[in-house]
Amino acid sequence: MHPAPSVIVFTTLSGLGFGLLFFLGLGLPDVSGWVAFVFFAIAYGLSVGGLMASTFHLGHPERALKAFTQWRSSWLSREGWCAVLALIAMGLYAIGIIFLGQRWEILGVLGSLLSLATVFTTSMIYTQLKTIPRWNMKLTPAMFLSFSLAGGALLAGQTRVALPLLLIAALVQILYWRQGDRAFAASGTDLGTATGLGARGSVRAFEPPHTGTNYLLREFVHVVGRKHAEKLRVISFVLAFFLPVVLLLIPFSHFFALMAVLSHLAGIATSRWLFFAQAEHVVGLYYGKR
Amino acid sequence: MTQLPQSTDRKMGLVIDLDTCVGCHACVISCKGWNTENYGAPLSDQDAYGANPSGTFLNRVHSYEVQPAEGHAQLIHFPKSCLHCEDAPCVTVCPTGASYKRVEDGIVLVNESDCIGCGLCAWSCPYGARELDQAEGVMKKCTLCVDRIYNENLPEVDRVPSCVRTCPAGARHFGDLGDPDSHVSKLVAERDGMDLMPEMGTKPVNKYLPPRPKDQIEEQIDILAPLLTPVAEEPKGFLGWLDKTLEKL
Repeated sequence: MHPAPSVIVFTTLSGLGFGLLFFLGLGLPDVSGWVAFVFFAIAYGLSVGGLMASTFHLGHPERALKAFTQWRSSWLSREGWCAVLALIAMGLYAIGIIFLGQRWEILGVLGSLLSLATVFTTSMIYTQLKTIPRWNMKLTPAMFLSFSLAGGALLAGQTRVALPLLLIAALVQILYWRQGDRAFAASGTDLGTATGLGARGSVRAFEPPHTGTNYLLREFVHVVGRKHAEKLRVISFVLAFFLPVVLLLIPFSHFFALMAVLSHLAGIATSRWLFFAQAEHVVGLYYGKR
Repeated sequence: MTQLPQSTDRKMGLVIDLDTCVGCHACVISCKGWNTENYGAPLSDQDAYGANPSGTFLNRVHSYEVQPAEGHAQLIHFPKSCLHCEDAPCVTVCPTGASYKRVEDGIVLVNESDCIGCGLCAWSCPYGARELDQAEGVMKKCTLCVDRIYNENLPEVDRVPSCVRTCPAGARHFGDLGDPDSHVSKLVAERDGMDLMPEMGTKPVNKYLPPRPKDQIEEQIDILAPLLTPVAEEPKGFLGWLDKTLEKL
């Protein structure tokens, strides 16, 4: 799949932002006044900024409101609803904490759950696609949720929670890569089933329909950069999980905490780039490509 | 509404004969022509006369080589367009309701004024049947020439999809695949019509007729042979007299 910057920025930042909102809604950390304002400003900057970025790849962003209509069947529509409801709930909760000195706990818990639901619905947009076997796995939502929770705990300064969550996210990441590498073969789809000619012999793409490129090849057959995938996996793993864990284990300082957050962010962005760049759409088979 | 209908009154679709398709791409061109000039946004091209041309097409013809375990390889031309699936994943993923399947004839269409161009329907289609038009920013797909097949301004013979009308080899057939007595359903039954990627669970309406192994067929399938037998009969009249006279000499 083409790793569109807008979608990578969106899923990385909003995942982190909604992760932070999850902890803020539970009163972790228990802040008030201006300190709370800064925490909520960061969380809203990340989550809303990410959502805005996601509209950049639309052909007609001015019609985006129509995307709220099909929540009965479409995960993308459900994501829109969850995001808006989570932001409204957490916004009211933030007003109570920052300006009124009130902690409306039920509203906070509701906002936390809606924030997690937003991340889950985002992950389901990818998970539902049978056409991309590497995404069509239960580990995809597990990865999105565990990354969001680990990043949120890190941003919220919840060191004791962040450590185990980072280790869980790291484990999910390794399992996702392991199973993902086998997913295409396990799906049973090949050029033989794609053309229906597989029973007659080995099928080879002889001539493409056109000499140039097209939308399908640009969008679904992205091979540039796959050759560095192994190196990028190591880099992303070290940045997203290893360094933050080390920085959390040494005696606490605000500088190290900031470094841990930035390192995690860079690592997750790299992992998310791989999530798209390594995903192979079955339509590539028709062109003799993966 | 992007929920799929429980069932459709008819299942209009195409049957594509891989045995007779000659790979001329005439269907590709006629499709592009009709659908650029008629229903919906035109199918744009980018850099059409430059070094790197690219454009939106609703129908494309691939060519594949099949190498059996024994014997010669076979070259098969393979036209591919929307299969108007019964369980169309492109419809249910649509967040705006722009993508829908019609109850009356099962045709999958895009309401272009509702499409936000998110591309998710193209992601969900295993067949590459949908392309986002780069000039218009909306999703384009085969409409089964919905503006031809019911169009009473056209002569009846033209009320079929443009690709079917154009095919010089008669490799494309149009009809109701939900009616077991229709000519397309009979073709599918006779020739073991098949689905593409059945494991995807999309239940395509369009069917493909498998190519016959032309080097193993016992019976006569050369339809031209009978036409090539000598046509000269015994001469009559003056030529007959001349023939007989010259024979005697």
